[in-house]
Amino acid sequence: MEIVNRPHVENFIRWAADKPRVVVVSADLTNSCEVGKWRDTYPERFFSLGMAEQNMMGFAAGLAREGFEPFVHTFAVFVYRRPYDQLAMSIAYPNLPVRLMAFLPGITTPGGVTHQAIEDVAIMRATPNMTVLETGDATEVESVLDVAHAVDGPVYVRFLRGRVPRLFPQSEPMALGRARVLHEGDDVTILTAGITTEEALRAVPALAGAGVRATHLHVSTHKPFDDPLVLDALKRARKGVITLENHTIVGGLGSAVAELMAEHAVGTPLVRLGLRDTYAHGASQAYLMGEYGLDAMALVRAAERLAGRDTGIAEADLAQVRVEEVHSLAKAEAL
Amino acid sequence: MRREGNRMLTDTTMSTEEVRRTAQRIRKRVFEHVMRSGGGYLSQACSSAELFATLYGKVMVLGASQAPLEPVPFPGVPGRDNPSFVSGGAYNGPREPQFDRFIFSPAHYALVLYAALIEFGRLAEHALEAFNRDGSTVEMIGAEHSPGVETTTGSLAQAISQAGGIALGRRLKGEPGRVWVLMSDGEFQEGQVWEAVQALVHYRLDNVGIYADVNDQQCDGRVEDVMQVGALGEKLRAFGARVYDVDGHDVEALAAPAAAPSDGRPLFVLAHTDPTRGVPLLAERAPNLHYLRFGSEAERERYQRAFETFDEEA
Repeated sequence: MEIVNRPHVENFIRWAADKPRVVVVSADLTNSCEVGKWRDTYPERFFSLGMAEQNMMGFAAGLAREGFEPFVHTFAVFVYRRPYDQLAMSIAYPNLPVRLMAFLPGITTPGGVTHQAIEDVAIMRATPNMTVLETGDATEVESVLDVAHAVDGPVYVRFLRGRVPRLFPQSEPMALGRARVLHEGDDVTILTAGITTEEALRAVPALAGAGVRATHLHVSTHKPFDDPLVLDALKRARKGVITLENHTIVGGLGSAVAELMAEHAVGTPLVRLGLRDTYAHGASQAYLMGEYGLDAMALVRAAERLAGRDTGIAEADLAQVRVEEVHSLAKAEAL
Repeated sequence: MRREGNRMLTDTTMSTEEVRRTAQRIRKRVFEHVMRSGGGYLSQACSSAELFATLYGKVMVLGASQAPLEPVPFPGVPGRDNPSFVSGGAYNGPREPQFDRFIFSPAHYALVLYAALIEFGRLAEHALEAFNRDGSTVEMIGAEHSPGVETTTGSLAQAISQAGGIALGRRLKGEPGRVWVLMSDGEFQEGQVWEAVQALVHYRLDNVGIYADVNDQQCDGRVEDVMQVGALGEKLRAFGARVYDVDGHDVEALAAPAAAPSDGRPLFVLAHTDPTRGVPLLAERAPNLHYLRFGSEAERERYQRAFETFDEEA
């Protein structure tokens, strides 16, 4: 598997070159959000607003009203948690094209509870006019810019930084409202988003080897959540559905799937994996994923419960599974 | 139209005497409405009538209203599925580079704003009949579909930041028009205001002018009792702003700071006002002036007599 180092840095500079109305506003986390070089490349389009997120949201709103396309760069918790009223009233209510680039989603930071955005998808999903996206690999980090740019209204993006795996080929960019079908099978349907997709890519082949056939969907659009592919995948699951999210199980991907299943009378069990209505703490991503059951092993155990049998898969088996480059089964031309 | 210093002069620039009379008519119109509806936001009109009249009559350079005189019904909230949404800012004229913009912060002053729009011929004479009526845009606490309201600011202290972004955007585009904000003093208790002041100063946004109605009143009573904001002028100057403390009922004193050449600092005009101005009877209720509710029929009758003897020429 290819690992891409800081894909946003150069990609965003290239992407913004012919878009003079794109501006960046930042709240003292410029290098932490990989836009330090962007600032040095386009100093006339970069605005440091300091550690003052409430005011930053208002400035972004005002710039958007004047025809600019502000890309707010800060940590996710400082986008939706601290200045929520400003986000809702100054940006979301007027449906302004502000792009909220929310770094360090969920437990991807060792920064502990203050830095871990664990209920952001729930809150942003509940915010009218908001489009909610999540990047799961380097290709999505690169292509989410076009997706957000095309939306007439505010967009919240769970953004990955640093060393990011490339799970999907660059020829298959993120598309709004379209899940990626990464594996097909009729026993269980697994839906993942963001960093949890890589976990499922480890678990699904092992499950297949043990005779548990899974359909695996990678979700990058949390809202709107109306992809017919998702509903089809939910309907085909004979034993049940599993969601695995880097987020509390209240209000995020698991809840969105539950709503869809209830609305369409999809009568099969749903297991929501994620943070079980708890805050987390400061530790490594791998440690926290194991501690809170956000990893491949948790997925295997959930599949076993739904299938009603022990697969015999152990931690060591999952560690052996190499994640190969994955091509989406859902080709653009097939949709 | 010509520009003189920072200020573009239009044919509609009013004489001081005309502005003064207009302010008194705004006050009377709000008083009349409050009596008709059995209560309302009256003290805000008493304190800010000259502020509104001076902004519309002497300070702001606005084009002709782009909105119908008759307020339209509620057009739905802004959104990608609602192309028929119309901004209340259209009442303040076209959004063109040479024109100023008006950002209205204390949204509960909406009644005063509507009365001002009527006096300046931007809203129909009888538009207040739609005030607070179900399905109307003439809402009690205006949002950006309401006449004269460009941004949604009922959650206080958000306007100054939005105005900062608008001013920054206009400067990036090279637009000469200025951005005027009307605020109330209670808002300075919100931390966001000070975040905004430091950003306005940091980016030298001298195309922003903030007029604050310093009436020492907020919902719970006197500002200085609820949570003291202290010497606003000194605090703002310490942040690096350009500050004028003026008598908020003196039209010439209110208008003068807007005519001074810009010097790189955001402009604050602290308009010290009397929330019982024109209706001295209100003083009996102090410090509970925020929203006038009649405790008895006898009280209502006393206010009715005060209204009937209200001197429009005063």
